[in-house]
Formats: sequence, C-alpha cells, structure tokens
Amino acid sequence: MADEAHGGGISIHPMDQFVVKPLFGGDTVHWYTITNVTLWMAITVLAVVLLLVVGSRGRAIIPTRAQSMAELAYGFVYKMVEDVAGKDALKFFPYIMTLFMFIVFANMLGLLPMAFTTTSHIAVTAILALAVFITVTVVGFVKNGAKFLELFWVKSAPLPLRPVLAVIEIISYFVRPVSHSIRLGGNMMAGHAVIKVFAGFAAVTAIAPFSILAITAIYGLEVLVAFIQAYVFTILTCVYLKDALHPSH
Amino acid sequence: MAGDSHATETTEHATDAAHGAADAAHAAEGAGMPQLDFSTFPNQIFWLIVTILAIYFILTKVALPRIASVLAERNGTITNDIAAAEELKLKAVEAEKAYQKALAEARSEAQKIAAEARSAIKDELDVATAKADAEIAAKSAESAARIAEIRDSALASIETVAKDTAGEIVSVLGRPVDAEAVAASVDAQLKGGA
Repeated sequence: MADEAHGGGISIHPMDQFVVKPLFGGDTVHWYTITNVTLWMAITVLAVVLLLVVGSRGRAIIPTRAQSMAELAYGFVYKMVEDVAGKDALKFFPYIMTLFMFIVFANMLGLLPMAFTTTSHIAVTAILALAVFITVTVVGFVKNGAKFLELFWVKSAPLPLRPVLAVIEIISYFVRPVSHSIRLGGNMMAGHAVIKVFAGFAAVTAIAPFSILAITAIYGLEVLVAFIQAYVFTILTCVYLKDALHPSH
Repeated sequence: MAGDSHATETTEHATDAAHGAADAAHAAEGAGMPQLDFSTFPNQIFWLIVTILAIYFILTKVALPRIASVLAERNGTITNDIAAAEELKLKAVEAEKAYQKALAEARSEAQKIAAEARSAIKDELDVATAKADAEIAAKSAESAARIAEIRDSALASIETVAKDTAGEIVSVLGRPVDAEAVAASVDAQLKGGA
C-alpha cells in the first residue's frame, strides 16, 4: 500500500491523521488506553474552561475581552435554544451548551497543524447524535405520553395519505441520528483529508504554489465549516427537542 | 534522479517499518479509513463520555451560573441606571421650574420695591416743591411790596422835585411865584403825563 502511494515521488497519506494511537507506547488500543483522542479531548476541555471559567472569573459589569467572548457564546446558544425550541426547552440549555462548546472547540482545535480531530470520527459523532436521539425520544414520551406519536400522524394531510406519511415520518425520525452524526463527522474528515492531499502535492515543485494557495483557501473554508457544523449540530438538536416538547404539527 | 528517489523510498520503507504494528493495523483496514476501525471505538466512546461529563459539570457548576449572574447583574445595573437617569432628569426639570418661579418672584418684588421707592421720592419731592413754591411766593410778594413802596416814594419825590423845580424855573423867569398854582399845575401835568 505504501509503495502505491509513493508513485511519482509524491507520498500522500490523507487518512493517517485520523489514526487513533496510544500516546505512551503499546500497540493495542483498549477502552482505557490513553490515546491521542484522550489528549485532544483533554485540550478541548481545557479550552472550554479557559474561555468560560477563566474568561468569566472577573465577573465584571464592564466585561474584559475574554469575558465578552464567554458571554457571547452563552448568549448565542441561549438565544438559539429559546428561539428554536421555545422557553420550556431552556432547562436543557446546559446540555445543549455542552454539546456546542465541545463540538466547536474540537472542530477548531482539529484545524491546528498536527492536531487530531476528535469530531472527525464517526464513533464520537454517532455517540453525540445517539445521545441527542435518546434524550429527545425519552423527553417526548415523558412529556406527552402516547401523544408523542402524533408527531408521525400528519393531521394536515388527507386521511388516506396519513398512513403513508406516517411510514415516511417514522423512517425519517430513525434516520435522524445517522444524518446528524455523519454530517458532522463527514464534513470534518473530508476537509482535513483534502488539505492533506493538497499538502502531499506541495512536494512537487511545479504544483507547489497552486497547492499552497489551495491549502490556504481550503483552510479558510474549513474554519467556516468547523463553526457552521457545530452550529448545525446544535440547532438540529434544538429542532428535535422542539418536536419532543411540542409534537403536534 | 532515479537513485535519489530510490534512496527516499528506502528511508521511507525504514520509517514504515519503524511504525510497525500501527501501520499493519492500518493496512488491515483495507479501505484505509481509521474511522471504520472498530477496535478503537470503545476507547473513543469512553473518552468522549468522560469529556462530555467533564464539560457538563464544569458548565453547570461554575461557568453557566456565573455568566448568568453577571448578565443578570448587568441588566439590573442598566435598568437601575436608566431609572436613576429618569429621576435625575425629572429633578432637573423641577429645579428649573423652581428657579424660573423664584426669578419671576424676585422680578415682581423688585418692581414693587422700585414703585414704592418712586412714590416715596415723589411724595417727598412734592412736599419740597410745595414748600419752595410757598417760600418763593412769599419772597416775591415781599419784593413786590418793597418795589411798590419804592415806586410810591419815588413818585412822591418826583412830585416834590417837580414842584420845586417848577417854582424855581418860574422865579428864574422873574415872575411871582404862586406856590399854590405851581403845585396845581404840576399835579395836572403829572396826571396828564401819567
């Protein structure tokens, strides 16, 4: 495999950056092994603490720069939950804030050179999406009981169409966690892989200037994507939560 | 050139060999997607759960209450400040009204005092004028009396002088002086002349 990639003096391993490796030697990755996943998730936690805890430690009426950013992040997610999912969804605000802060920092930190992007792994995004799916489903049934099933019974449609629509709605409901997780993981993986591919091409003198320009451009795009995907994941969580709290169409 | 590339390949082969088992596992995936290497799933999931719980507890215990209280405090401060500003504005309007009122009162007071002073001065002046007029009148009456007296005495003197002179003239003309006739003639002349 390595020999094939080496053809023409170019060596491109766009997927190597995603390999999960133990940090302190050893070959096997047990569930408890300290890996690069552990490292970069720890850095993510540190970044969140730095912004939201250290940044706001002054509790100033007139905020410092760091405190304004912390307040901005708070206000951004708070308003999103309130606007999209409604006021009664605000008790889920800490949970949604956790998701947003984790994803946005994991995405952004993943853009650092040599970094490991935890959110580019389907294992991570699938767990996040499944957690949202299970939470939303449980909340839906606890809040509304059997009425939650009205979500699949489209009352505005003509009666003969309703069973058909119900099947479609149920399928789309169960596809939610899949699209929810693959959207985030796929975006992260694709962007990083493309950058790596262009970086590989930079080894050839003739294409190097174009390659470096392309890396710069894609990096800019990736910064945007990193934020937008965190935003999309969070806002979809809010939309699902709204469905759970107010299932009738 | 060919030798160079061969050398690069050999060094890279050496590095690959050093990577050892990691690359072997990598190669075993076939498609080469570490995302689909299920052997790393438990590890990622475990550390993800740890991370999410850590962030959740940090947010709910420290960060979110703190930021919420800061935001609430700021909103409170802003509301209070706006209310205080409104109050101060009202006070300023009231103060201006009081000032205008005081000013108007002072002005009317001043006008009153000026009018009083003017009338007092006028009364005094009238009294003084009346007194002066009376004095002037008295003086002028006195003077008139004296003038009349002088005139009378002057007239009497003129009569005597005229009679004497006429008697003398007649005597000078060599005629007997009839004192009675001279006096009568002089009187008649004086009266006619007068």
